[in-house]
Amino acid sequence: MTSARATFLHYLGRHKLKLLSGMFAVGCGSFVAVIPPRLIGAIVDELNQGAAFDAVLRLALLMIVLSAFENVIRGFGRYHVIDTSRQVEYAIRGDLLAHLQRMHLAYFQHQRIGDLMARLTNDLTAVRQMAGFGILMLTSTSLVLVFTIASMLTVSVKLTVLSLLLMPLTSISFWIIGRRVSTRFEQLQAKFGDLSTKAQENFSGIRVVKAFSQEDAEITSFANVNGEYVERALDLARMNGLIWPAMAFILGLAVLVTLYVGGQDAIAHQLTIGQLIQFVAYLYLLSWPMIALGEVTNLFQQGWASLGRLQELFDAEPAIADPVDAVRAPIRGDVEFRGVSFAYGRTIVLRDVSFRVPAGGSLAIVGPTGAGKSTLVNLIPRLFDPQQGEVLIDGVPVSRYPLRHLRRAVGYVPQETFLFSVPLRHNIGFGTEGELTDSQLDWAGDVSQLNKDVLDFPARYDTMIGERGVTLSGGQKQRTAIARAVAKDPRVLILDDALSAVDTYTEAEILRRLRGVMRERTSIVVAHRISTVKDADVILVLDDGRIAERGDHRELLERNGLYAQMYRRQLLEEELQVDEEQQEHEKRVRTNDVPDERATRRAGYLPTDESTGEL
Amino acid sequence: MGHGHGGSSDFFHEDEVLGKAYDSVLTRRLIAYLRPYRGRTILSFALLLFLSATQIAPPIIAKFIIDSAITPAVSGEVAPDVAGGRLAALGLLYLAMLTAAAGLRYWQSLLSTWIGQRAMYDLRLELFRHLEHLSLAFFDRNPVGRLMTRITNDIDALIDMVQRGVVAIFGDVFMLVGVSATMLVLDWRLALVTFASLPLIIGLTAYFRGMMRDSFRSIRIRLARVNAFLNEDLSGVSIVQLFTREEKALRSFDALNVDLLRANQGAVKAQSVFQPTVNFTRAGTSAALFIAGAYWILGGQMTIGTLLAFWQLVEQFFRPILDLSEKYNIMQAAMASSERVFRLLDTGSTILDPAHPVRLAHVRGKITLENVSFAYNEGDWVLRDVDFTIAAGESVAIVGATGAGKTSIISLISRFYDVQKGRILLDGVDLRDMAQHDVRRHVGVVLQDPFIFAGTVASNIRLSDPAISDEQVRASARFVNADKFINKLPDGYDTLVTERGSTMSVGQKQLLAFARAIAFNPEIMLVLDEATSSVDTETEHLIQDALRKLMVGRTSIIIAHRLSTIQNVDRIIVLHKGRLVEMGSHRELLAERGVYHRLYELQYRAHEVVG
Repeated sequence: MTSARATFLHYLGRHKLKLLSGMFAVGCGSFVAVIPPRLIGAIVDELNQGAAFDAVLRLALLMIVLSAFENVIRGFGRYHVIDTSRQVEYAIRGDLLAHLQRMHLAYFQHQRIGDLMARLTNDLTAVRQMAGFGILMLTSTSLVLVFTIASMLTVSVKLTVLSLLLMPLTSISFWIIGRRVSTRFEQLQAKFGDLSTKAQENFSGIRVVKAFSQEDAEITSFANVNGEYVERALDLARMNGLIWPAMAFILGLAVLVTLYVGGQDAIAHQLTIGQLIQFVAYLYLLSWPMIALGEVTNLFQQGWASLGRLQELFDAEPAIADPVDAVRAPIRGDVEFRGVSFAYGRTIVLRDVSFRVPAGGSLAIVGPTGAGKSTLVNLIPRLFDPQQGEVLIDGVPVSRYPLRHLRRAVGYVPQETFLFSVPLRHNIGFGTEGELTDSQLDWAGDVSQLNKDVLDFPARYDTMIGERGVTLSGGQKQRTAIARAVAKDPRVLILDDALSAVDTYTEAEILRRLRGVMRERTSIVVAHRISTVKDADVILVLDDGRIAERGDHRELLERNGLYAQMYRRQLLEEELQVDEEQQEHEKRVRTNDVPDERATRRAGYLPTDESTGEL
Repeated sequence: MGHGHGGSSDFFHEDEVLGKAYDSVLTRRLIAYLRPYRGRTILSFALLLFLSATQIAPPIIAKFIIDSAITPAVSGEVAPDVAGGRLAALGLLYLAMLTAAAGLRYWQSLLSTWIGQRAMYDLRLELFRHLEHLSLAFFDRNPVGRLMTRITNDIDALIDMVQRGVVAIFGDVFMLVGVSATMLVLDWRLALVTFASLPLIIGLTAYFRGMMRDSFRSIRIRLARVNAFLNEDLSGVSIVQLFTREEKALRSFDALNVDLLRANQGAVKAQSVFQPTVNFTRAGTSAALFIAGAYWILGGQMTIGTLLAFWQLVEQFFRPILDLSEKYNIMQAAMASSERVFRLLDTGSTILDPAHPVRLAHVRGKITLENVSFAYNEGDWVLRDVDFTIAAGESVAIVGATGAGKTSIISLISRFYDVQKGRILLDGVDLRDMAQHDVRRHVGVVLQDPFIFAGTVASNIRLSDPAISDEQVRASARFVNADKFINKLPDGYDTLVTERGSTMSVGQKQLLAFARAIAFNPEIMLVLDEATSSVDTETEHLIQDALRKLMVGRTSIIIAHRLSTIQNVDRIIVLHKGRLVEMGSHRELLAERGVYHRLYELQYRAHEVVG
């Protein structure tokens, strides 16, 4: 575990030369900036002594040259420092993503995406500003401060002391105001939180609000919070609004004191008018650092806090990682669970589950919602590790394979389809080594029955998916996910309730093709529909984390347990569906509508003989 | 099934709405919100004007300090004590100006904050009120997060604009005009020397503004892409890992990230050239002033004080130009925000109250569905040609498999949505001819997932209806058997509950929702009561009893999973795939040996056996 400071220095260190040369240039610029007041003083004295025009001209031209030099090196310095901060931002962003991508799934269930995004955006911005403007202003202001005060002392110690007496006054008043500002700012933030919560609660519970006609009451209560927010904002403004006028006042006062006391000195011939003006010019130089100092403090405070939050992300270690003594043997696909138990926190999800599917075999898992089906299959590609027992492939614990090696061999279709906002082709080729060839694409599209649908898409397989492209139906999404898993050419294919949004006819087509594809591969299918699972070699019925029943379709029906019960209920539903679709079909034929080929075929597909027998 | 496309990525996409720094239509609409505060707005501008004057005064006073106090004293033209007196008087004037400037600045900043906050208070409230009256279909389409951003961050960007952007811009204009006029009065020749730099400054500003606009735009687009990618990749991180896509994802991300870096570097470069260039122009102008001033001073046509006043005024002349980019940023962000806010305000509700709503003096509670067909999405029918009448006081259960359209019937009777075909009548009046408020006052709804608001137990029963007394709250809770668990809570009815009611069990939340529905004493009760897991037997018993009581003496429609409930109702409606397939009493339907019989055999009887 490294400290936040070490991390920060590490990233800055990569651009050491650039940063240091930038800071050096800014330093030089600050030094040069202190010279012109001296020239102005000299010009004024020359003019008072009625000197030649040439002397003044020379001094003025020198001013221009110095200013050109100052601004060129300041611009150079500024560019290098700020550019470094952008590079640091870029590097941290990329490294954080790389790091997060390695984290285990449980981490993301714990850490909300919204929070991660906030760190990757707001906190990263704060760190970047600290590294950029923070360092730039710190360098510039501190050096200008030092050089200016030193120069002031050369003119008049008395005036320096007098005008600088006001500085502690500024600091003290700022300290006092600043503390109140931050309390009030926190209060404002809290109110902002209330406002957000109120709005969020209202929008989330809009059904209840409307059902009970509470709109007006809700508006009143929102108006209250809104009003309180305004009050807090005004409270803050009353304090915050003091800072700038007070600052300007104190700076003005310093100039006034200089003019008054210095004026008396000039009248007493202890100081030339030129020196007096020179001194005023120094005060103008000081005004900027005094203002900036507060801002620098702010930038560093916020940046440091944000850096800490980013460091937390870096400090998180992936709980699921590559083993030390990795087994790299090619995976054949013999999957075995030995006494596996799993719990999310204190909720036990799987209890002592054991089974084995030989390579090339097929396993189906059914059971009520919450029985642990998804969790079970998640253990195979190590999205989670079990607390007890072992998951083995080809007799080797999955934790002994390198993650890439293991996951390459597993094709997974998750319950919740997640597709990316890239063209369909890239979604399907998501897991393949190189670019997907057209024939591979065609094959995956055929197995998943996606090809027909794709014909209707504007750019076929190059069609963009998502917000800015085609919105796929639930079934199309699932089939895309199947194509994506199949395209990987996996040794073990896992379908986690992946056909739920696909109609029964298409499902049968997909299953038929999958059987062909999976002849030498292992398939593990989680499903709710009996039609999906009935041809599997072995069916597990999971109930409350335990294997309640196991066997093939016929054996399980004979047992007349949970599985048989499920089967009967579904037959009824399917039968109702057939009635429905036949009616629909007949109606369409009557009205001379386009005949729905699918419904006819589906009606023919269903095992009607069995259903009559059961009922 | 499956959300895909990374949750809130659309929120980032919508943020790609770029906005110009100035848009006359939007600006005019925004200005309308200042109208109620016309007086204060004018006052605020007047203060800005005075503030400019108090800022211009000190260099002028300094001129007189040099010219009429110090210089003549140094050269011996006036006596030191006379000069000292003048110095003191001018010093006091200087102090007065400083004090006035400080006061004006503070007052002005308070006033502009007040105006910005008030005006945007109105806009925020208007937006909220508007959202409250949009139909549920709107909320189905728009994620809560997006609406939240509109009502919080977008409005705040507008406040920022009124408080800082507008004030800064007008302040700058006043300063520029004021300083220019002062210069002309003070010495027109030096004024012309200063103005000679104007073409250069205008050219520079125009050039860099174009650059800045382009680079801000390209940065915003690229940043949105980077964030959308991050959001999507992290939302789908399990897929990335399962498909061993980590490295490829990083490579794609790096391309976007580098793109953003390049855009940022471009802006940094532009800024790093712009600021020093303006600074140099200012220094050059100062130097030119000294050269020209020296020429005239040596010629006896000008005083040193005048030259020094110009030297200070030039600073004020250039200051507004230097923080141009910051103001530009504020304005651009505000324009983009106002566009999004106004777009939301312009979204009309799909469910509207009629101009002259029918008011029922006395609701009896007869409900008729006449050939109702309904779809959430066009063509995707959820209900097809459903036709039935429920007499006042009758209790009906709707049964059917998931997706049969049961919930939609409840939503339609509450008029959360309008039917596409047919009509729904309450006591013979089409729901669409009544005010939504009137319909819902008579219809009580208990939803599947009872929404608990942050507040107390009592406030969750009464909601915000002051007409419901504490006694009525308690009576309602007692009636539905909720008082037992409420009394066991640390503060009884005053116990604080959190949003979503995480402190209560599912069964308890359901009882609370019953109490809420009964407290409003509706003539019609709609209950959604599908199977919920993890309700302990005791609570289950209480719920069953409460359900029975809810139905007494009022028209009730229950979507039930409990056999006990179904056996208690007068009639059962069997829905399948959006169609009414059977209707009758439990006994009749069983005798019919149709769909209900089979459903009963499998679902309800099995459930009773298991449960």
